[in-house]
Amino acid sequence: MNFVKYASIILITFVIIAGIAIPLSPAPQSWLEFPVIPALEQKARNIFFHVPVAWTTMLAFLVSTYYGFRYLRTKNIDYDIKSVSAAGLGFLFCFLATITGALWAKFNWGSFWNWDPRETSIFILLLIYGAYFALRSALDTEEKRASLSAVYSIIAGLTVPFFIFVMPRMMAGLHPGAKGDPEGGGPVVQMKMAPNMRVIFFISLFAFNLLFIWMLNLRIRIARMEYERSSHHA
Amino acid sequence: MSAFSSTYSLILKDVQSELRTRYALNALLMFVVTAVATILFALRSDQPNSTVLAGMYWVVVFFTAMSGLSRIFVSEEERGTTMTLQLVASPSVVYFGKLLFNTLLTLALIVAVTVLYTIVFSGSFVIKTPSIFFVTVGLGSLGFASAATIIAAIVAKANTRGTLYPVLSFPILIVLLMTVMNATTRALDGEPFSEALGDFQVLVGYFLVMIGGSYLLFDFVWKD
Amino acid sequence: MWRCGIQVEGSYYPVNDITLTVRDVSKIFNRRIIFENVAFSLSAGESLAITGKNGSGKSTLVKIVCGVLSPTSGTIAYVVNGKILDVEQVKDKIGLVSPYLQLYDEFTGLENLEILSKIRANSVPIGERAGEVLRLVGLWERKNDFLRTYSSGMKQRLKYAFALLHCPPVLILDEPTSNLDAEGIDVVKKIVQEQQKTAILIVATNDKIEADWCQRQMHLGI
Repeated sequence: MNFVKYASIILITFVIIAGIAIPLSPAPQSWLEFPVIPALEQKARNIFFHVPVAWTTMLAFLVSTYYGFRYLRTKNIDYDIKSVSAAGLGFLFCFLATITGALWAKFNWGSFWNWDPRETSIFILLLIYGAYFALRSALDTEEKRASLSAVYSIIAGLTVPFFIFVMPRMMAGLHPGAKGDPEGGGPVVQMKMAPNMRVIFFISLFAFNLLFIWMLNLRIRIARMEYERSSHHA
Repeated sequence: MSAFSSTYSLILKDVQSELRTRYALNALLMFVVTAVATILFALRSDQPNSTVLAGMYWVVVFFTAMSGLSRIFVSEEERGTTMTLQLVASPSVVYFGKLLFNTLLTLALIVAVTVLYTIVFSGSFVIKTPSIFFVTVGLGSLGFASAATIIAAIVAKANTRGTLYPVLSFPILIVLLMTVMNATTRALDGEPFSEALGDFQVLVGYFLVMIGGSYLLFDFVWKD
Repeated sequence: MWRCGIQVEGSYYPVNDITLTVRDVSKIFNRRIIFENVAFSLSAGESLAITGKNGSGKSTLVKIVCGVLSPTSGTIAYVVNGKILDVEQVKDKIGLVSPYLQLYDEFTGLENLEILSKIRANSVPIGERAGEVLRLVGLWERKNDFLRTYSSGMKQRLKYAFALLHCPPVLILDEPTSNLDAEGIDVVKKIVQEQQKTAILIVATNDKIEADWCQRQMHLGI
């Protein structure tokens, strides 16, 4: 875990410095210059932070649901501890993705919130996490809390694939990479990023995954200790 | 075979019980009337366009359903009859019985809202493509009930049932709501049936996935 | 008179060969060990009293034996004619009277029995049997009254009618005489005697006298 910890700290520090410090240039000559993406310009730098955070949100949701599923199969309370720890992190990252997205939207689209398909999706994910924790606090016995919240996260997970089909049909996409993007596909989906941007982007994605693993590990250890401690009072 | 007659008897029991106690029905109908009246006060004499009408139609259905569909499990839990049912019926019989009852209740609710809308928005709530509307309402109520039933089973085991129910249901139902709103707008705009096929695919997929998932998970919720 | 099983048509139930085996059952609830390694075995014609003070887990054990609650560890097996029953078959073999089990207030006594037996959907003809059990518990005269008009003692009597309705080879009584008057207790004693002759009986109680109805006793807790 120490390796994961230091690797994520070093890599994220690198991404922050490189992502912010490397200047833009209309015709990049060297590896130390980013190309100018029309309509994004300086705001393109958000890709190194917003997208990995949003990705981690999804990952946390999957991990939480997976551990919930394992709990239902085994009834081993340790899986519930893992599941709720991942959900807590997912909530945090979901919040960060919403903030970074909304700030970026303010400068790019003119307002913090536009009900773009991806904004709507992240909003629903936020609601699911909120509902998940509301449910947990309304259940008094540990076994019920664990199994019912696992069932809920699986049911919620089942609806997620529908977003992909439904959202674009309902609302016009503004998001880079959405159907209506004049740049046709946009920098993320089409992987049109310059090679140096792409390197930093994937390093960032990798670093945020490591950060998630390290934080999850910490949270699980804390949650286990709290669980042990409260068992002496119960 | 016995599972069918068992499920049928359970639905019959719930219908009979509902007709005698009116636990859900009266409250639902009053809720519909109140909600539609509120909308009318807000609009005064404006005749809203089809998108707004379709949206408000399902908003009324959603919040009304949220006030009544959880009764199906909460009433068993409150009266202490959960264990009685556990002893006489298998979990799948209970799930499908309650699902079908909730579907019936949702349909009744939709009929009430439709009649009321037709009367009060006589100028603008005109269903120009009835085929789209009826398929939407049929598939929609099935999808609605499928999600509402499993959430009701979960909520019945919790402490703060009333407030928790819409909180848990909304994120699950949002995809369905968007789709039925979309299809209803098409029906009001008089679009041809083929235009709504994409919406129907989503609705069919939704209730199949929901019912399948609920069926597999119901045991964990129902059994203590 | 109560002549369970014998009068029922068809081969619905051979009472003579049923065994209930509870093996090393433990239940942990909210991190509290309710009980550990409970084990017993009962065959047709045997009875067991489960005793223990409040909170010792009598009702929890009863729920586990009925199959409506899963144990944390251990197994429960019902064997009829050499075959282990699955969970759904087990329910048809059990009659339960428990404070946790209620009937429907908005239906009459008779309707309750009819509706629940239809939902159970097994092959026992309900018509005469319902009358039989209602007479047995002394509710025949009030069979068409709604349950909400019943006193708590009458509700307890109706629970006996419900428990005996499908002629269960396993009868489980949790707090058997709660709310009952002297006459009601006599009915219960009669049922207990009959049940012990041919079938399995489990009584969960605090009461020394009730525990003595059974051939064996098991104490839960320390």
